Amino acid sequence: MIMDKQAKFRKKIEMKRENEGMELGPHKKQEMGEIKLSIRNLNFFYSDKQALFDNTLDIADKRVTAFIGPSGCGKSTHIRTYNRMFELYKGFRAEGEIWMDGINILDPAIPALHLRRKVGMIFQKPTPFPMSIFDNIAYGLRLYGGYSQDEIAGRVSKALQDAALWDEVKDKLHYPGTALSGGQQQRLCIARALAVEPDVLLMDEPCSALDPIASSKIEELIGVIKEKITIIIVTHNMQQAARVSDYTAYMYMGKLVEFGATSKIFLNPDNKDTEDYVTGRFG
Amino acid sequence: MTRLTRRKLTNSIVLTLSSLAAVAGLFMLTWILGDVAWKGFAAINWDFFSKLPTPPGVKGGGLVNAIVGTLLMTGVATCIAVPFGMMSGTYLAEFGKNNKFGNVLRFLADILVSAPSIVIGVFVYLILVKPMHQFSGWAGAISLAIIMLPVVSRTTEEMLLLVPAEIREAALALGSPYWKMTINVIYRSASSGILTGVMLAVARVAGETAPLLFTALNSPYWMHGMNEPMANLTVVLFNYAMSPYDDWHRMAWGAAFLITMTVLAVNIFTRMVLRTKGRTS
Repeated sequence: MIMDKQAKFRKKIEMKRENEGMELGPHKKQEMGEIKLSIRNLNFFYSDKQALFDNTLDIADKRVTAFIGPSGCGKSTHIRTYNRMFELYKGFRAEGEIWMDGINILDPAIPALHLRRKVGMIFQKPTPFPMSIFDNIAYGLRLYGGYSQDEIAGRVSKALQDAALWDEVKDKLHYPGTALSGGQQQRLCIARALAVEPDVLLMDEPCSALDPIASSKIEELIGVIKEKITIIIVTHNMQQAARVSDYTAYMYMGKLVEFGATSKIFLNPDNKDTEDYVTGRFG
Repeated sequence: MTRLTRRKLTNSIVLTLSSLAAVAGLFMLTWILGDVAWKGFAAINWDFFSKLPTPPGVKGGGLVNAIVGTLLMTGVATCIAVPFGMMSGTYLAEFGKNNKFGNVLRFLADILVSAPSIVIGVFVYLILVKPMHQFSGWAGAISLAIIMLPVVSRTTEEMLLLVPAEIREAALALGSPYWKMTINVIYRSASSGILTGVMLAVARVAGETAPLLFTALNSPYWMHGMNEPMANLTVVLFNYAMSPYDDWHRMAWGAAFLITMTVLAVNIFTRMVLRTKGRTS
């Protein structure tokens, strides 16, 4: 049934593209390999105030891309356009194009609910739902429907294993998700996002509410799951960006100052401002 | 006198005055509760819960019809007010946060919360009792429901707004439609708070007399349905306390005891629910 829906949805998009003679997204093959997301001239407005200015970059498939920059530079605003989370609030709007698999996801004709199944999100503070650990993971699966009880149980345990939480919670799946520690809660949220098998996972400062040990576990986890999905992480911690990411984008005042391979951004940036920021002279 | 001793003196005077004020307040409260418990408990026996009222001068009898009447009307009022109140509270919290309609609704609910209950009694008298030419249990239940409605609505709204924005966004980020997010995640997060609001609303109407005087009135007989005047504890208390008969006075104390203890129990129960909630989350 799910497959049906997806197939229909894909067909609808294709028909729409044919009808309007829409061209495919700019899938430039750079040295980056496969491109998952192509962001073109992204502008963002909080009512009258413009928060993003002409952001243009490509996000590599099955790699980790980090967004760094001082507070208020628009990192979170930027990634919250990838799943159109901003639509929840009145007066917020994005202009420009974000191409994913040949579809401009900012197109209002694309239902946000479908998009969000493909693009998961992890927040700064862990967000366990007020239900058991099992039900937390099963939430997304039950939402989409079409899975038998056995399939749900199988996917829950797989998601928990993928999120490196299985060994800690396998005997207490019926415990409330809120009873776990902060780090475990965050991995629970990652498992919940992974259970519906998204293509992209957005992480908005996923470690800033966690202690160093819990943070390092999340970082390890990022290294493992990036083999399957594209990860985009916003972080205040530059060491973290350097450790976990393959590509780094430095943002300042809503503008994308520099974007490239992480080693280049941290060791040999082209831009003076980027260098000042990553070496700690500014920000 | 140095400045320091003057400051110390001021401190001790103010401390003594405020302690005295606290003691005076508590003294009145314990006096009332003690009096009600002392005199009321003496009137409570098995007959009180099982027999119908007797005419003045006839020994024995009880208030079973009033107890059942109060339970029935409060129950029906809760069944009406809780769904409406929760839904309007949900509207206010989730959709009417900043729009004009929401603001007007919130303002009206606030006025209704503080409206004197006798006004609501007279209102229901005019729209239900007068056209139907009859006092009835239904009219009583509806007047109680009107009193509960804004309380339930506003507490639901406040409890829903306490749920952090990240939880909402997390559910939506999984691809949940807004209504499913509200029912599956937000209501669950706020459930104990909403329950508290409902219980407090019940406790509030359980002690109402004025609206029932104009709607359910009273009756010395066993009820045959909600479509007739219905006995209830508060109006019985009012009538019996005003009567010149000692037997009836004793019954009135019994009724006062029962109402007070029920309201107290409901309040203690909700506090306990809130405390366990605080421990687990």
